[in-house]
Amino acid sequence: MTNTKQFCTFFVNDLFFGVEVLKVQEVIRYQGMTRVPLAPATIQGLINLRGQIVTAIDLRRRLELPPRDAEELPMNVVVRSDDGAVSLLVDEIGDVVEIQDDIYEQPPETLKGVARELVQGVYKLKEQLLLILDTEKTVNLANAGNRAQGN
Amino acid sequence: MNENLQQQLIKDLLIESLEGLDNFDREMLALEKGEGNAETLNNVFRIIHSIKGSSGCIGLNKIESVAHVGESLLSLLRDGKLAFNPEMISALLEYSDALKAMLGSLEKTGQQGDVDYSALLQKLKSLQTARPVETAPAANFGLFEEEPAAPSAPAPSPESAKPQPATLPVPPPNVPEKAVIEKEVAARPMASVSDTAIRVDVGQLDKLMNLVGELVLARNQIVQFTAQSQEPTLLNAAQRINTITTELQENVMKTRMQPIGNVWAKFPRIVHDMALDLGKQVELVMEGKETDLDRTIIEAIKDPLTHLIRNAVDHGIETPAIRRAAGKPEKGTLTLRAFHEGGQVNIEILDNGRGINIAKVKEKAVQRSLVTPDQAATMSDREVFSLIFLPGFSTADVVTNVSGRGVGMDVVKTNIEKIGGSVDVLSEEGQGTTLKIKIPLTLAIIPALIVTSGAERFAIPQVSLLELVRMEAEQARKGIEMLYGAPIYRLRGQLLPLAYLNRELKLESPTTGSTNDTVVNIVVLQADGRQFGMIVDEINDTEEIVVKPLGKQLKSITCFAGATIMGDGKVALILDVMGFAQHANVIAEVRDRSVSGKNKAADKVDERQTLLLFNAGQNARMAIPLSMVARLEEFPRSQVEWSGKQEVVQYRGQILPLIQIANYLPNATGISAPTDPVQVVVYSEAGRSVGLVVSKINDIVQETLTVKRNNGRDGILGSAVVQDKVTDLLDVIGIIRAADPSFYEETKKI
Repeated sequence: MTNTKQFCTFFVNDLFFGVEVLKVQEVIRYQGMTRVPLAPATIQGLINLRGQIVTAIDLRRRLELPPRDAEELPMNVVVRSDDGAVSLLVDEIGDVVEIQDDIYEQPPETLKGVARELVQGVYKLKEQLLLILDTEKTVNLANAGNRAQGN
Repeated sequence: MNENLQQQLIKDLLIESLEGLDNFDREMLALEKGEGNAETLNNVFRIIHSIKGSSGCIGLNKIESVAHVGESLLSLLRDGKLAFNPEMISALLEYSDALKAMLGSLEKTGQQGDVDYSALLQKLKSLQTARPVETAPAANFGLFEEEPAAPSAPAPSPESAKPQPATLPVPPPNVPEKAVIEKEVAARPMASVSDTAIRVDVGQLDKLMNLVGELVLARNQIVQFTAQSQEPTLLNAAQRINTITTELQENVMKTRMQPIGNVWAKFPRIVHDMALDLGKQVELVMEGKETDLDRTIIEAIKDPLTHLIRNAVDHGIETPAIRRAAGKPEKGTLTLRAFHEGGQVNIEILDNGRGINIAKVKEKAVQRSLVTPDQAATMSDREVFSLIFLPGFSTADVVTNVSGRGVGMDVVKTNIEKIGGSVDVLSEEGQGTTLKIKIPLTLAIIPALIVTSGAERFAIPQVSLLELVRMEAEQARKGIEMLYGAPIYRLRGQLLPLAYLNRELKLESPTTGSTNDTVVNIVVLQADGRQFGMIVDEINDTEEIVVKPLGKQLKSITCFAGATIMGDGKVALILDVMGFAQHANVIAEVRDRSVSGKNKAADKVDERQTLLLFNAGQNARMAIPLSMVARLEEFPRSQVEWSGKQEVVQYRGQILPLIQIANYLPNATGISAPTDPVQVVVYSEAGRSVGLVVSKINDIVQETLTVKRNNGRDGILGSAVVQDKVTDLLDVIGIIRAADPSFYEETKKI
C-alpha cells in the first residue's frame, strides 16, 4: 500500500508546479499591491490580507522565467513559512491533486540553475510532470535576490 | 489531560514564585538596611510558604524541601525568636537564588535540576540555632526537626544534628502554619487587589491587541466610506463605531501596560551584589516605580537599563576611600527616576560618582582614530559625551580598566533607538553622571505623518518630525541651493541638508521635470540628534497607524521600519528615519560639518541658542536670546505718546514704556533717523513689560554661541560670531536697569 499526498497545483510559464496542500494558507485572486522601493525585483509588493501584511513574490522572477504579459493578472498562492504568510504570484491555478508516492523522483540532473535549487522533486503524472516547490527555499531570498535581479 | 493540568500548575507556580522571589530579595535588602518591620517579615514568610505549599502540591519534592528549610528560619525570625544578622541576609539571598535556579531549570527542562544544595541548607539550619532572642531555643528548634524530611531532601549532616536537644518539641509542628493562616486572614483587606485581578496569558493580550489594530483599520475604512453618505442612521452608527473603537483601543492598550517597577525589581539585588563585590557602598533610590509602559517596551529596555545600572556602579561610583578623599559621603547614591512627559516616558539614571573624564574620553577617541586630535581639541563637552556611544568605544576602557560586561554603550543606544527612544548623557567630572532616556509609551500604534512621493504613500513616525516647510513658486526656486550637487535649505540661518524621497527610493516622480515652478514640501526630521530635510511631493495628514512588521525578505532594506494599512485598505510603508538618513547620506555630512565648524570656536562654548538678530542705532549687528523676547511688535510712529520724559505706547490695555536701545550703547551717535513704524522687542518680567526700540529686526537664527570676551562696554555682554559676522550681545537687563531703575524692584514687590 503506498501513501498519497495532496498538492495544490498551479502554472507558471506553462510549467506545472505543486505545493503541499498543508503549506498553503489560501488562494486568492489578484490584489492591488504596494510596491516596495529598493527591494529586489523578485518582490512584487505588499498586499493587505485581511489586516495582515503579506509580501508577494513573483514566481516568474524567482524562477528566472520570462516576465508575464502586462495585461495578464497573476493569482496569489499564500503559503505559510517560518516567517509568517508569503504570497507566491502564479499565472494560473490548477486543481488540488492527490498523488501516490511511488511515482515520485528526485529532480533530473539536467535541471539547471535556480530550478535545481527550488524544485524538491518531480511526480511523473501521465499527462505532465508535476514539479514540487520547496516553499521555504522559495521565500528565502537571502542569496537569491541579487541573482534574480541580475538576470 | 492530566499532563495538561500538571503543565498549567507548573506554569502558575513559576509565574507566582519567580515574582515572589523578586519581592523576597527586595524585602531582604530592606531588612538589611534596617527598614524592615514585622510586616516585611510576614511578607517574606508568606512568599516562601506559598512556594513550599504549591511545589509540594504538584510533587516537586526537591523545591519543597529546600523551601522548607528557609521557611523554618524565617518563621523563627518572624516570631521574634531569632535576631537578624547580616550573615542571615546573605544566606537567605543565596537561598532565594537556589530556589530561582531550581525554578529556572524547571521552566527550561521540566526537571528540578540536580544541583546539590546541602551546604546551603546546612548553613540555614545552623543559623537557626545562632542567636536566640528569647530563652526558648529548644522549643523552637524542635519545630522543624520534628517535621518529616521530604523524600529527596539532603540528609541532615551530623553537624546540624549536634546541637539538637534531647527533649522533644513542646508545640505541635503545625502551629506556625495555623499562625500564618490567621495572619493571612487578618491581612485580607490589604490584599484585596488579588480579589479583583486575574492572570491573563500575554499571548492572549497580544492577540487582542492585533484584533483591535485590525478593527481600527476597518473603522477607518467605514468612516471614510460613510462620509460620502447622506443616510443619517448609517452616519450615526458609523459615528458610534468610531468612538467605541477608539475607546476600546485605549483600554486594550492599558491592559498591556505594566509599571516600570517590574523591571526595576531586580536592580536592588544587582546593585547590592555588585557593591559587595567591588567593595563599594551604594544606595539605590527609585522614584516613579508606578510609571506605566507597554509590555513590549518593558521587555526591550530591560537589558539596556541593567547595563546602565551596572556601568554606574562599576565605573561611576567610587570606592569609599576615594569618595572620602574627595569630600563626598562614603555611600554613593544611584537614583532611578521614571515619569511621563509629553506622551513619552522619561527614565533617568543619576549617580553622584566620579563623572566622565573628558580628557580621557578624548584621548581614547583619538587613539582609536574615531576623531582627529584637532577635532578632539575643539569638541564641546556634549560632543565628547556622545563619543561614548560610538561602536568600538567601551566606557570601561575610558574610565577604568575594568572590562565592560555584556553589551556596550553603542548597543544600549541602538536598542533604545530601535524602539523609537533616545539617550542623552550629562556629566560633570567629580560630581556624577546623568543618563536621560526617552521612550514612547507603546510601539503598536503610533502617530505618523502621511506623505506622498512618486505616487506612493509613506508614513513617517511623528517622533522624528520637527516641522514642515512649504515653499511656493518663486520661493521654491530660490529656497533650495546646491552645494557641490547636494541640495541645501537655509532654515532660520542654519544649513539643512536635503534629500529627495523619490530620488533616494528610486521612484519615478510626476514632478521631477517641473520641480522648479511647483510647490516644495520639506519635512524637517531629526535622526541621531541631527536634522535634515526630506522633500516630498505632498503632505497628506497625520494619522494613528498600526505598525506591522515586514517579512524577512525585506528586512535588509533599512529605509523602512514596517508597514501599515491605510484607511482605504491599501498598504503603506513606514519610513525608518534613521535608516533613510543613512541611505541618503544626509547625516554623515552634517556630523562632519559640525565637527570641522568647531575649529573656529574659541574660549567659551555654550549650548546651541536661538538668537534674535537686529540693528540698533549705528551698531551694525546685535543679538539677544530669543528666550528673553516676549513678542515682536510694530507700532506706527503716530501711536507713540509721552508720559513725562518717557516714550510710551498703549499696548494690550497697558502702557508700555519704550526704551531707545541706541541711547544706552556706548558708541551710538544718538538716535538714528526714527523709523516708522517703530520696531519694538517686548520684554516681560513678572507681568510688567517694557519695549526695546530697535532700528531693524533682521533674523532669528539657531547658533552655538561662542562668546569671545566682554569688552567692558556698557549695555553689551560680549561679542560672538553669529553667521560668520561679529555680533554684539545686548545686555537687556543692564539696559532696562539703566533706563528704569525701578523696573526690577517693582516686579519683585509684585
